[in-house]
Amino acid sequence: MTPAHQAPESVLFGRLSLEAIPYHEPILLATFAVAALGGIGVLAAVTYFRLWGWLWRDWITSIDHKKIGIMYMILGLIMLLRGFADALMMRLQQAIAFGGAEGYLPPHHYDQIFTAHGVIMIFFVAMPFVTGLMNYLVPLQIGARDVAFPFLNNFSFWMTTAGAILVMLSLFVGEFATTGWLAYPPLSGIYSSPGVGVDYYIWALQIAGVGTTLSGVNLIATIVKMRAPGMTMMRMPIFTWTSLCSNVLIVASFPVLGATLALLSLDRYVGTNFFTNDLGGSAMMYVNLIWIWGHPEVYILILPAFGVFSEVTAAFCGKRLFGYASMVYATVVITILSYLVWLHHFFTMGSGASVNSFFGITTMIISIPTGAKIFNWLFTMYKGRIRFDLPMMWTVSFMITFTIGGMTGVLLAVPPADFVLHNSLFLIAHFHNVIIGGVLFGLFAGIYFWFPKAFGFRLDPFWGKVSFWCWTVGFYVAFMPLYVLGLMGVTRRMSKFDDPSLQIWFVIAAIGALMILCGIAAFLMQIFVSILRREQLKDTTGDPWNARTLEWSTSSPPPAYNFAFTPIVHDLDAWWDMKRRDYVRPTEGFIPIHMPKNTGAGFVLAVIATVAGFGLIWHIWWLAAAGFVALVATAIVHTFNYKRDFHIPASEVVETENARTRLLAARA
Amino acid sequence: MKPFGRLFRALAIIPALFALAGCEMVVMSPSGDIAAQQRDLVVISTVLMLLIIVPVIALTIAFAWKYRSSNKDADYDPDWHHSTGLEVVIWAAPLVIIIALGAITWVSTHLLDPYRPLARLDASRAIPEGVKPLRVQAVALDWKWLFFYPDYGVATVNELAAPVDAPISFQITSSTVMNSFYVPALAGMIYAMPAMETKLHAVINKAGVYDGFSANYSGAGFSDMRFKFHGLAQADFDKWIESVKASGDQLDRAGFIELEKPSVRVAPRKYGSTPADLYDAILNRCVDAAKMCVKDMMRVDAQGGMGLAGLGNVFSLAYDEPRRQGGNVAPKARYVAAICTPEAPRDGRTVEAPIAAPLGKRAASEPLISAGSTRLASSK
Repeated sequence: MTPAHQAPESVLFGRLSLEAIPYHEPILLATFAVAALGGIGVLAAVTYFRLWGWLWRDWITSIDHKKIGIMYMILGLIMLLRGFADALMMRLQQAIAFGGAEGYLPPHHYDQIFTAHGVIMIFFVAMPFVTGLMNYLVPLQIGARDVAFPFLNNFSFWMTTAGAILVMLSLFVGEFATTGWLAYPPLSGIYSSPGVGVDYYIWALQIAGVGTTLSGVNLIATIVKMRAPGMTMMRMPIFTWTSLCSNVLIVASFPVLGATLALLSLDRYVGTNFFTNDLGGSAMMYVNLIWIWGHPEVYILILPAFGVFSEVTAAFCGKRLFGYASMVYATVVITILSYLVWLHHFFTMGSGASVNSFFGITTMIISIPTGAKIFNWLFTMYKGRIRFDLPMMWTVSFMITFTIGGMTGVLLAVPPADFVLHNSLFLIAHFHNVIIGGVLFGLFAGIYFWFPKAFGFRLDPFWGKVSFWCWTVGFYVAFMPLYVLGLMGVTRRMSKFDDPSLQIWFVIAAIGALMILCGIAAFLMQIFVSILRREQLKDTTGDPWNARTLEWSTSSPPPAYNFAFTPIVHDLDAWWDMKRRDYVRPTEGFIPIHMPKNTGAGFVLAVIATVAGFGLIWHIWWLAAAGFVALVATAIVHTFNYKRDFHIPASEVVETENARTRLLAARA
Repeated sequence: MKPFGRLFRALAIIPALFALAGCEMVVMSPSGDIAAQQRDLVVISTVLMLLIIVPVIALTIAFAWKYRSSNKDADYDPDWHHSTGLEVVIWAAPLVIIIALGAITWVSTHLLDPYRPLARLDASRAIPEGVKPLRVQAVALDWKWLFFYPDYGVATVNELAAPVDAPISFQITSSTVMNSFYVPALAGMIYAMPAMETKLHAVINKAGVYDGFSANYSGAGFSDMRFKFHGLAQADFDKWIESVKASGDQLDRAGFIELEKPSVRVAPRKYGSTPADLYDAILNRCVDAAKMCVKDMMRVDAQGGMGLAGLGNVFSLAYDEPRRQGGNVAPKARYVAAICTPEAPRDGRTVEAPIAAPLGKRAASEPLISAGSTRLASSK
C-alpha cells in the first residue's frame, strides 16, 4: 500500500489523491466490490419498494427511543461482521505464517487489521449493542414514554454511526492506523505514523465519542427524573441500575478520552509536544490518560451485561432475584473502584513497587463485588424452577466462562505475574474471555430475551441453539490455545513466527474462530428463519416469558407511547407484583398523549460532522472549516425549530388499545 | 440438561492441554531465578483462586441441573430472595481470598521489583561477597536491539550474553517508540521508552540459548525484533567477550546514527569498541552532538527556562524531526546553554556535555560553554 502522505498536499484535495485508493490491493479490491454490490443492491431494493420515505420518516428522523435502540443494534450487528472478518483474517495469518513464511498479509496490512479489529469491536460493536439495549429498555423498565432528551438521542445515534462510517471509509480511501487499538504515542505520533491512519482513528473516535457522551447524559437524566410514580431507587430493575452506573461511567470517562485524543491531534496537527519524544513530551502521560478512560470503559460494557443476566436469571428461574440490595451495592462499588485500577494495564512501565501493589490490590478488590454478583445469580437459581430457554442457556454459559476469565484477570493483577504475562497471548485470551464470555454472551442473552418485546415474535429456538453451541464451544477452542501460547512466551500483535512448534496452537485457534463464524451464520439464519415463521412465533401477550419488570406489561411491540397510562409501582419487580395482585388492564378513559416530534436535525448534523472529519483527516482545510461552520449554523438553526411536540389523539390510543384487547381476548 | 454436561467435559480437557504443552512452556519452566519466582507466584495465585472458582463452577452446574424446570422433585420457593447469613458468606469468602492474595501481592511486588538489586542467585544460594553485577545497557531501535557492556567497552546488536549464576543489571531505553524488553526464560519484561531509562535485575541459572524480543508492538518490523540471549559458563562468557573485543568494528556516534535507521532481520553484530558515553547520549537523545541533551534541557528548565532568551533554544531541541528527514542535517548554529545574571554571575555548576559539537569536529565530551544572557555560545 502506498503511504498517502508522500503525495504533495493540494489546496483543493489536501493529501487526498488517486494514490489513496488501494486499487492495487486484491483483498481490499474484492472487499470493495462485494461492499459496493451489496450497497447498490440495498439502494436498488429501497428504491424499488419505494421505501425511502418510510425510511426517512419512520427511522432516520425518528426520536422514538425504541427505534433508535433497534438502529443501534443493527449498527452493532453490521460492525460485528466487519470486526469478525478482521479476526478471521488475523487467525488465518497467524495459522500459516511460520518458519520463514510471511503469510498472506504484509505487516502494513496486518497491523491495520488488528488495530481495526480492536477499535471496531469495542467502539462500534460492543458500545452500540450496549447503548442500544439501554436505549430500548430503560424507558420501558421505568414506565416512561421516551428518554429525557429525545432529539439528543437521535443525534447521539447518528454521531456514533458517523464514527463507524469513517472507520469503514478508511478501508477504501487511504488506510487505517497501524498502532494498536489504543494508539500509544510516540508510535501514533506524526513522525512514526505520518499517514492518514491515525487521523481516521482520532476523528472516528472523537465524533462517535460525542454521541456516546451525550447518550450517557440523556440516560442518566432519564433514569433520575422520569421513573414512574412509586419506583424509588431501590425499586428500580437491576438492568436500570446497571445502566445508570454504566452511564455515570460514560459521562465521567469519555471526556477524558476526548481530551486525550485532542492532545494527540494537537501533537499531530500543530506540532505541540504533549506526547512526543522531543521537547519534554511524555508518552507515559498518554498511556495513563487513555487507560483512565479505558478501564472504566470495560465496566461501561460489562455492567449492563450484568444487568441483563440479573433480569434473565430472575425471569427464567421464576424467582425473585437473590440479594437485590447487595446486587445494587456491588454495582455501585464496581462503578467507583473502576476508577482506581487503571495502572494495572501497564505495571511494566516502571512504576515503583508500592504504586504497582496499590493498583494490583485495588484490582483484586473489584473481584469481591463481582464475585458477590455471581453468587447472587447462583442463589437465584437455588430453589428456582429454571426454564432453559436461550437467554438462560447464555447465562449459565456466561457464569462458567466469565468465572474463568475473572480468575485469569486477578492473576494478571498480581504485578510480578503480570511481568511475565503482560502483552502476551495470555492477556489476549483473558480479555476475550471476559468480553466475549461476559459482554457478548450478555448481549446475546439480552437479544433473545427482549427480541419478542421489540418485534412481537420470538426468535426460532433451533437455530438459536446451533448458534449458542457454536459460539460457546468455538470460544473455548479459539481462546484456550491462546492461554497456552501466552505461557509459552508468545507476545501479541505478531504477524509471523519462527518457532514451528507454536503452529498447532494457532491452527486450533483458527478452527475455533471458524466455529464462531458458524455461530454468527446460525444467528443470521435464525433471524431470517424467524422472520419467515413470524406468525407461528408470534407473541400476543406482551409477556412471553412470564417475566417480572414493567416492559412486559405493555404490548409486543410496544405502542409508540409505551404505556397508555403511566404505571404506578408498589414493589420491586413491578409487573410480577401487578400480576400477583390480579392487575386489570384499563380499557377505557384514554386521553391524548403528549409526544416529541421527529426531526432530521440529528442526521444532518452527523452528516456534516462526517464531512468535516473527512476534511480534517485528509488536510482538506476548506472542507473542515466549512463543515465546522455548517455544524454550528445547523445547530443554531435547529434551536429555532419550535415544532417539537404533538399529541397522539385519544381516538388513536383507543384504537391501538382496543386492538390489543382483541388480541388478548382471542388468546384467552 | 444434557448440553451442560457436554460443556463441562469440554472444560475438563483444558488441564490436559496444558500438561501436553508443559515441556515447551517457557513461562512455566524458566531458567532464571527471577522468572522462576514469578512463575511460582502465577501458580500460587492460581491455586488460591481455584479455592473459590471450582466451587462456583461446580455449584453453577449442580444448580442448573437440579433446579431445571422438568425436575418436579426439586424445591421451588419463588419468594426466597434474602438470607443475611448467606450474604455475609458470599461477600466474606472472596474477601478472605483477596486478603491472602493482596498480602502476597504486596510482599512479592516489592521483593520482585525489577529495580531492586538481587539478593540471591537462586532459592538456595545468596550472592557471594564482593560480586558486582554485570552491567548491560539495552537500547530498542527500529527494529533491533543494541546492547552495551560498559564494563568491557563493547557493544552488540541482536545478541546478548551473560555468565550463568552472576547477577545482571540492565539499564533499558529506546531510541524510537515504546518497546518492551523481554527474555521469558530470564525475568519479566519492562518497557523500553525513549529519553527514559528503566531498570531490570536478573540472573540466569542454566546455560543455554534463550529467546528475547520486544513485547510491546512497535511498528512494521516488530515481529522480527528478536534476539538470542546466551547464558554462558563464566569461562565461555569471557571467551565470548574476547570474541566481541576482537571485532574490528567500532560503534561511534556516526555509526549509531546509521544503525538506528529502520531495518529488520538484522544479523547479530559485534562492536569491539564503543565510546563510554554513547549510551548516555542515546538516552538523552543527543547522539547528534548538535542537539541539546535532555538532561541539559531539564537543568535549564529547572533554572526557570531562561525566559525570552530560552526561546532561542527551542529550535535546537528536536531530535525526531531531523532524523526522519534523513539523519545528518546541518547542525544548528547556536543556542543558549546557560545564563548568568548580575544577581547570580555563575550558576557554579559544571555541566558535563555532550553538547554543541558538530559531528566529528570536536570531542563529544568537551565541557559546556557557559553563556551570559547576552553572549550566545557559538558552536562554530
